[in-house]
Amino acid sequence: MSGARLASGGQIDRARRLEFRFDGRAFTGHPGDTLASALLASGVRLMGRSFKYHRPRGVLTAGSEEPSALVTLRSGARAEPNTRATVAELFDGLEATSQNRWPALAFDAMAVNDWLAPFLTAGFYYKTFMWPASFWEKVYEPIIRRAAGLGALSGHDDPDDYDKGFLHADLLVIGAGPAGLSAALCAGRGGARVILADEDFRMGGRLNAESFALGDQGGADWAAGAVAELAAMDNVRLMPRTTVIGAFDHGIYGAVERVADHLPIPPEGKPRQTLWRITTSRAILAAGATERPIAFADNDRPGIMLAGAMRAYANRWAVSPGKRVALFVNNDDGLRTARDLAAQGVRVSAVIDARADAPDPGIGGARHLPGAVVTGSAGRLGLDTITVRTAQGREFRIDADALAVSGGWNPNVHLTCHQRGRPVWDDALAAFVPGADLPAGMAVAGAAAGTFSTHGALHAGHAAAAEVLEALGHTPTAPDLPQAEDAPVNLRPFWHVAGKGRAWLDFQNDVTVKDVKLAHQENFRSVEHMKRYTTLGMATDQGKTANVPALAIMAELTGKTIAETGTTIFRPPYTPVALGTFAGRSRGRDFKPTRLTPTHHWAEAQGAVFTEAGLWLRAQYFPRPGETHWRESVDRESLAVRAGVGLCDVSTLGKIDIQGADAAEFVNRVYCNGFAKLPVGRVRYGLMLREDGFLMDDGTTARLAEDHFVMTTTTANAVLVFRHLEFARQCLWPGLDVHLISTTDAWAQIAVAGPKSRVLLQRVVDPEHDLSNAAFPFMACGDITVCGGLRARLFRISFSGELAYEIAVPARYGHALMERLMDKGADLGVTPYGVEALNVLRIEKGHATANELNGQTTARDLGLGRMVSDKKDSIGAVLSRREGMMREDGLRLVGLRAVNTGSRLAAGSHLLERGAQAVAANDLGWVTSACWSPHLEAPIALAFLKGGAGRLGETLRAVNLLSGQDTEVTVVSPHFIDPEGERQRG
Amino acid sequence: MIIHHPLLGPRDAQEFTVLGDASLIDRPDGMAEGAPDAFDSYLHLRDNPAGTHRELWYHEAGDRSWLVVTRDTRTHEVMQVELARDVALAAGRGR
Amino acid sequence: MADLTPITALGGTVLRHESIGALRIQEADDWALASVTARAGQAQAVSAEIRNLTGLDLPGPGGMATAGDWRALWLSPESWMLAAPLAQAPDLAATVKRTTGAAAAVTEQTDGWVRFDILAPDDARLWPLLERLCNVDPARAGPGTATRTVMEHLAVIVLRDGPGRAAVLGARSSAASLHHALVAAARSVA
Repeated sequence: MSGARLASGGQIDRARRLEFRFDGRAFTGHPGDTLASALLASGVRLMGRSFKYHRPRGVLTAGSEEPSALVTLRSGARAEPNTRATVAELFDGLEATSQNRWPALAFDAMAVNDWLAPFLTAGFYYKTFMWPASFWEKVYEPIIRRAAGLGALSGHDDPDDYDKGFLHADLLVIGAGPAGLSAALCAGRGGARVILADEDFRMGGRLNAESFALGDQGGADWAAGAVAELAAMDNVRLMPRTTVIGAFDHGIYGAVERVADHLPIPPEGKPRQTLWRITTSRAILAAGATERPIAFADNDRPGIMLAGAMRAYANRWAVSPGKRVALFVNNDDGLRTARDLAAQGVRVSAVIDARADAPDPGIGGARHLPGAVVTGSAGRLGLDTITVRTAQGREFRIDADALAVSGGWNPNVHLTCHQRGRPVWDDALAAFVPGADLPAGMAVAGAAAGTFSTHGALHAGHAAAAEVLEALGHTPTAPDLPQAEDAPVNLRPFWHVAGKGRAWLDFQNDVTVKDVKLAHQENFRSVEHMKRYTTLGMATDQGKTANVPALAIMAELTGKTIAETGTTIFRPPYTPVALGTFAGRSRGRDFKPTRLTPTHHWAEAQGAVFTEAGLWLRAQYFPRPGETHWRESVDRESLAVRAGVGLCDVSTLGKIDIQGADAAEFVNRVYCNGFAKLPVGRVRYGLMLREDGFLMDDGTTARLAEDHFVMTTTTANAVLVFRHLEFARQCLWPGLDVHLISTTDAWAQIAVAGPKSRVLLQRVVDPEHDLSNAAFPFMACGDITVCGGLRARLFRISFSGELAYEIAVPARYGHALMERLMDKGADLGVTPYGVEALNVLRIEKGHATANELNGQTTARDLGLGRMVSDKKDSIGAVLSRREGMMREDGLRLVGLRAVNTGSRLAAGSHLLERGAQAVAANDLGWVTSACWSPHLEAPIALAFLKGGAGRLGETLRAVNLLSGQDTEVTVVSPHFIDPEGERQRG
Repeated sequence: MIIHHPLLGPRDAQEFTVLGDASLIDRPDGMAEGAPDAFDSYLHLRDNPAGTHRELWYHEAGDRSWLVVTRDTRTHEVMQVELARDVALAAGRGR
Repeated sequence: MADLTPITALGGTVLRHESIGALRIQEADDWALASVTARAGQAQAVSAEIRNLTGLDLPGPGGMATAGDWRALWLSPESWMLAAPLAQAPDLAATVKRTTGAAAAVTEQTDGWVRFDILAPDDARLWPLLERLCNVDPARAGPGTATRTVMEHLAVIVLRDGPGRAAVLGARSSAASLHHALVAAARSVA
């Protein structure tokens, strides 16, 4: 036991105890604790094993920059690996386990890697696992994956929900330390819409971790007062537990709010986290600063932590880090830790200060060693002693179970880099500060801008907000800020202690000073090369504590300044984000919305099997009792249509209402075939080309009046065609009087197909409408009424090749109309059919669908080349006549019929000559659609075949290498049924 | 991304789809002499500027307006947004 | 009248109502809808005709106007959606077309949409729901606005009647998905 809870102090609720477990052992903490503070207070220093060498690791920091104390939080499906113990808010019943160790944290067999360290340096993978290549996947990778890495995924579905949301503000303040609180107060009082976000569960930033006063209050008390004032303002939204993860274009910020991570499980229906997209006019980055370590041999031993972190544990969480504490610093700020610990009654045994002229902090009982350095540490699973070398070169050991290290502070510039901004080196601060190329609308205040004093941060925050207020037309109030410390930065840059042992830079990726030296030696000297060669800064912490010391060492090695050496930059997210957070509610069945047809619920009641068609669910077939295979149902449905009458919901086809004096001219320009002279009351099949001459879509378009058309599109292309038409209307011919609106959802449209379809329709269509062949011939259309006056539209069109109609009624009546048709057609054997039978029927008739209109085919390929009118300008007509698209041996749609009716024919098969080898060079085309034709009692297909028009009667092979099928087929006309079209005209 | 719709003010990019170069407005006359070459250029030849670029965007989940957005491809800064219909009319397109 | 019984957009014979915390989400089907688009050069004529018919001043971009039982929302340039109580205007498009004649393109829209009314005691309890579903700035979407936007990948129109009140119009075929999104978000914020 080294750490312990101090008798008093801290921002914890000592009246309440929280029980939790770590590696199965029971502990207690208090509300206000993090997992790290509660473990430290319980004397636990060893919390994990490192990524590569399995080194024992404890806590280095007290915040989200933590590289070492990574644990798996919770268990079962909710287990979340690689959680930083330093930001895991303690709750009653919390369960955590250590990672990357076997069999136990205190005895880890893989720690042998640490002995193999000489072989595991930077570039080790590239050099070692080169040969033979076949070994990589089978041998090397599995071994490495077992040995390296951190926590493991649970392998279960995440049981929790994640929300997304959108917020709007005048000002987003990122970070609620002294600068952020001051900015939010100024902007809030001035009347701006303010969002104040902070990753911590308690706002205040370093004010909660320091002992000094603001005015006549403690820093934490002042912060609490500021938060209370802000909380009372309607125009201010406080977002604790919210990390702003990225700065994106045009004032958009991403933020993750951990809504329920501090609870055992989220309340019913509530999200665990919410991903916010914040759109704001201005932002003030007040993200503070991160302390950096000094590298020395074995500086990663549990018990060694950053000075500011140790101070935070003492002041905020009332944790004594050890019984004998030493300090190793190069700056005055680190000395605060010694003073605060001493004031709390913790024994400080030595203050080792790399500066020869270091001021004596005057800690009773502590040795002050100016100009001295720490050269090493010892202790099996945690720190026992450190080795010190004095200014005079004398080395000796000092007993210490905790060592506080401070190499200075780095402003948290991360978000300033998210749009390629480059931080600049400030010699006076010995740190990178935000450059001038900030994301538009962003200002930086406080320690994030290199203004490290509390006084400076308070005033900078206020000034930044005042500027925003003025820009937005508000009047800022005069600053009302407390007196606060205004100590200057007093630091001498000092990055690492020269010596033999391994000195850690990147604790999470196990990168040492030696690795940087090796990178330099092997000429990976630019910062980007060094980063990738050593992997420094490439772990989930993005090297928050590692990058700057490593750059400084590379600068030393190359003899350049740090400014000349430069820095890598940061990308979103600022801290790791669970994938579930990005998915939000779009998971599983909710991955995308679902569209239901007007007769969906009726079909469901009939026991229909559904299939997805884009977002739509469509009835695929309607199995009847006794049918054991889907094809039995489909065959029955198909034959019923050809022999009697069938019903199919076709509402999913896109319907575009086109009106205007120039509607006919417009339709004539967007279809390649003629529409200008289509009579009112008639429907025509239209082919729509892309401007490059390839087929875009097809469908039937009805002329309801001189100035009124209704165009149908394929289900898949409804949105695309509408967009295309609006483009043509607004951008190409803005002078035409034509207006478009979608009516896809407004109508329930039912195909009534089969020789008995007219008989059936006559029973529901109101008697004043004459459906005789003379009065309502093939391709007629018109407004009618049904069932006693309901407005409806009737189209005499046929996809099946039979006598057929499509009848449309307002969508809310679709269900009832379907029931009525079923009822009235019972004696006719009326049969509902699904899209599977629909497909069989249209293949038998040789009608194209999306399978044939795949974006690579032309009207000519379909055998419809003569439809492309050369008497008018229509979209795509010119380029459809390109030489390559007019080849005589080009593709042509043909029918295929299996020679052996017992064989199988699948779409996607390729066509080959008999005896030809199944290689691409012999490819003659491909099968687009295939089915068993119950009418012909044979497998049939539609296919694109090179020079197909001249190959009717030939025997070829349809070869499908995926399913191992090789089927002999006869090339026939694609119109298997009624090629003269007598049935549909009857 | 935020697009400042000339009629509706700032709107999120997720409401839009992008088509590409605004020169697609300048469709040649398909019945004119030399139409094949004109269409070849119209459809296939594009500038790819590092800097100011005029693009067609469609407010699909909004008012269905096609817009011409002038944008800097290096910084994503949007300098101007116009109704494509107005741009087309100004360019002499009509019937 | 026709002897067919309609169903609601959610597929029932009665409208769905949910009360979740302080929020109510109500499926509604009592509006007849018709889109009205001015033909070239006819915007003023159409405005005048619509004012005669309904008393409405057709609203500008993003706006909604009400007059008595009538309501008009801006859809796109020179295009509006008119709404009237379905019981009184069973064939709204025909009624409007008779008024505007060739000055406007009129399209029946009643069945193209589902409407969900969202009722909260005040805006402070309405927006937590809306802000989880759509990227709309509350400052630009107060009472009297009609905003076309996206909710969970679905195109919608968000209408603001008054404090604490919104109506969401979405495509009828995706009514169930829209309802699910609204209810899930309401549970999340309730």
